[in-house]
Amino acid sequence: MGMTVVEKILARASGQAVVKAGDVLEPKVDLAMSHENAALVVNQFLEIFKDTGREARVWDPSRVAIIFDHRVPAESPKTATNQKKVREFVARHMISKFHDIRGDLGGICHQILPESGYVRPGAVVVGTDSHTTSHGALGAFSFGIGATEMASVWTLGYAVNIEVPATIKVVVHGAFPQLVGPKDLILHLIGRISSQGANFRVIEFHGETIRAMSTSGRLVICNMSVEAGATSGIVPADQETVTYLREESGVTDPLDLVQPDEDAVYVQTVTIDVSKLEPQIACPHSVDNVKPLGAVVGIKVHQVVIGSCTNGRLDDIEVAASLLRGKKVARNTRMLVFPASGRIYQRALERGYIADIMRAGAVVMNPGCGPCLGVHEGALGDGEVALSTTNRNFKGRMGNPTADVYLCSPAVAAASAVAGMIADPRKGA
Amino acid sequence: MAQVVFVVGDDISTDVIYPGRYMATVLPTETPQFAFIDDAEFNGRLRNRQVSPGSIIVAGSNFGCGSSREQAVSTLKGHELIIVARSVARIFMQNAINLGLRLVVAPGITAAVGDDLVIESDRVLNNTSGAMFPIEALPRARQAIVDSGGLIAYTRKRMLEHPAL
Repeated sequence: MGMTVVEKILARASGQAVVKAGDVLEPKVDLAMSHENAALVVNQFLEIFKDTGREARVWDPSRVAIIFDHRVPAESPKTATNQKKVREFVARHMISKFHDIRGDLGGICHQILPESGYVRPGAVVVGTDSHTTSHGALGAFSFGIGATEMASVWTLGYAVNIEVPATIKVVVHGAFPQLVGPKDLILHLIGRISSQGANFRVIEFHGETIRAMSTSGRLVICNMSVEAGATSGIVPADQETVTYLREESGVTDPLDLVQPDEDAVYVQTVTIDVSKLEPQIACPHSVDNVKPLGAVVGIKVHQVVIGSCTNGRLDDIEVAASLLRGKKVARNTRMLVFPASGRIYQRALERGYIADIMRAGAVVMNPGCGPCLGVHEGALGDGEVALSTTNRNFKGRMGNPTADVYLCSPAVAAASAVAGMIADPRKGA
Repeated sequence: MAQVVFVVGDDISTDVIYPGRYMATVLPTETPQFAFIDDAEFNGRLRNRQVSPGSIIVAGSNFGCGSSREQAVSTLKGHELIIVARSVARIFMQNAINLGLRLVVAPGITAAVGDDLVIESDRVLNNTSGAMFPIEALPRARQAIVDSGGLIAYTRKRMLEHPAL
């Protein structure tokens, strides 16, 4: 009986020849990522060692990554103090993969990890962030865990008692219509299988549409796999992965492009043809409340957001700039754009995208999680409507439980900012 | 026997249980004040200690979906609440087991505020309505952590099995 990609990765990481869904393993961890919530991880980590007579030591400081992104720069003394404590821990334990608040090396963890070459195909990656699923885009098994579980990983170097998840195979055919792309695909999939359709499962992506997709697009679909409940999304690594890691991330060592066996066992197969896919919108207050754009065109929007670990990459900013060039954001609508990393921000500057976006009236913010989770900036007023390229629209997500959040692609977001209402980018705003 | 004090529907996210704007508060001793804070009535009852420890929240499917923030578990654990849900999102379930929040998955559960439930090893009995609901076992991989009293104790034990570095 053959194995899926994740089964192969877990077999290697736990020193076994064959594993299958339902097996209980303790896989070695290749990379353990946290953001500001490292403050809680540190607390739990020290708790593990308390009264044991042992010195608190991270199993392998070179495999720990900490990236500040949720509240950058700090919005309160409390956050600043948490960040200060984490900085002190990083220095004491000699954690090298640390990205502080910086214009060159800073940014959102789910962009920093791939662009810095921290993730390789076949790796086991854990992160104290649910969107850690993103790194499946590079053929890694990458999943979100809580802070206490991370403290356990920091101590032991492996994840305790992991049950091998069953895998759903998603096969995608066809070429995307113009101004339709990976965000529309993943919203469509979530709408189809529901917000819990992949709970405790992995989504493995196949088909010529995925093969033709850039790593940036693959990061979008793996990122949002968690919105269907998935433990992880994963794209089996291929030549695109190699090209990305060599050219973008500067990785030079050999890469193991783990592939599923021909006779791998899948719990479910979903086939999607994108050649006639409409732009998709997730409506309040659930990510699986997905409708084709036509059903919601005309809804007035007060705030448009482009950015986040889902859609803050250069191609996202490029399409937004192309639709905003020479136009103006509508009166009574405000538009916020936040690039996913300092590197992306600088490239967008060099290519003139930032100028296009600012001339149109949008506010360009520093890289970070920004308004996505309502902790830092870009809060919504009572009863306001936001249209956003981020990943969640739960009640209260952007900080105000009386506001509505709609999710969409960067193209729909940009066209709608100009129109002041949800609009179709294919019709010229 | 324990009383149902709060009933919620499907897809209750961690943004609802513990909104992101309180995420700078991390310590389990400090998070309980913000439980379900956007529901002023229920949060008020929790803060004013009008909800006794061991009371039950009944939830629909996919409870705790969304963010991996552990505060969403520690905030409920701080009030010693018991969650009886139709299903639970993966990370929330792991966090609950790791922190010792009592969590029961009963796929058919129906109950109203004020109902009395009896939680047995394999079923939940609603004493008020007379209905019984089978319990789905936790992922077996996690039982060792529950048996150890949570992940901190379990990890400490596993660490001490290795010689000190």
